[in-house]
Amino acid sequence: MRPSISGGAATGAYGLSFGALAVAAGLTVPQSCALSLLMFTGGSQFAFVGVVGAGGSPVAAVATAGLLGVRNGLYGLQMAPVLAARGARRLAAAHLTIDESTAVGTAQPTPPLRRLGFWVTGLAVFGLWNASTLVGAVVWDALGDPRRWGLDAAAAAAFLGLLWPRLREGRARGVAAGAVVVAAALTPLVPPGLPVLAAAAVAVVLGWRNPSRAAPGGVAP
Amino acid sequence: MTGWTAVLAACALCFVLKLAGHLLPERFLSGERVSRIAALVTVALLAALVAVQTLGGPSSGPALTVDARVPALAVAAVALALRAPFIVVVVMAAGTAAALRATGAVT
Repeated sequence: MRPSISGGAATGAYGLSFGALAVAAGLTVPQSCALSLLMFTGGSQFAFVGVVGAGGSPVAAVATAGLLGVRNGLYGLQMAPVLAARGARRLAAAHLTIDESTAVGTAQPTPPLRRLGFWVTGLAVFGLWNASTLVGAVVWDALGDPRRWGLDAAAAAAFLGLLWPRLREGRARGVAAGAVVVAAALTPLVPPGLPVLAAAAVAVVLGWRNPSRAAPGGVAP
Repeated sequence: MTGWTAVLAACALCFVLKLAGHLLPERFLSGERVSRIAALVTVALLAALVAVQTLGGPSSGPALTVDARVPALAVAAVALALRAPFIVVVVMAAGTAAALRATGAVT
């Protein structure tokens, strides 16, 4: 299971960055660690501290984190029939349903291996993610002054790093460009946090139509 | 300082979204448009966060600001195009901004 190992190093790096950026955004070390323990979905966590760091309202921070978490629900739909977990195991499976565990889980050839891939990856990422968040948050809490160390630029680079692998498709690049324009244009006009939420509308508008394919059976909308 | 209320509310919301996927019947996945838009919403939010983190006011100011973060992001983009690992990209961006600020050339 090689993806798990290379994924482990990447998870440690994400976690360190997240811990540092969360503290730089004004969260306490326990709050930063609580996000990794209880939210446990990287994109939403980065977004939450990003909105908070930009001076956004708590409601905007929660809403942005939630919107980025919608995809985990879709992963859950994919994984639930494979895992067939019940009771407490189902709650644990739900908590471990993230990009990495679903990617490794769905890539395996047989159902038992899919279950194994999901659980091993989910648990390994959970351990690494929380340990590295704690280290990043504690170290950064001691260093202080985020701008002097360029941590505000690191936050922007972290989002670009999360975005980059999702830009292979042409339509995704169009959505990204549109979202940048909408967010930048709204930033001087509306309270912090809202420009990011408004940019989600670009995805709905551009994603509504089926990509370069005739409607099946000639059914027109 | 952000309250614990917001932290815990966001955690609860994200867990409910994960759990919903495990509890809803599988036919919800058949909505091809739903999964397509969900993937694109992720792209849109991340791209918007790049823009806001790069151009947003240094603290909570309303105006767009061009400072050391812009060349730092350009360095990050080049590093990503060269397939550098995530931590290298982040450290290079931070180093670029910190170095430019240390010279006093940009804020």
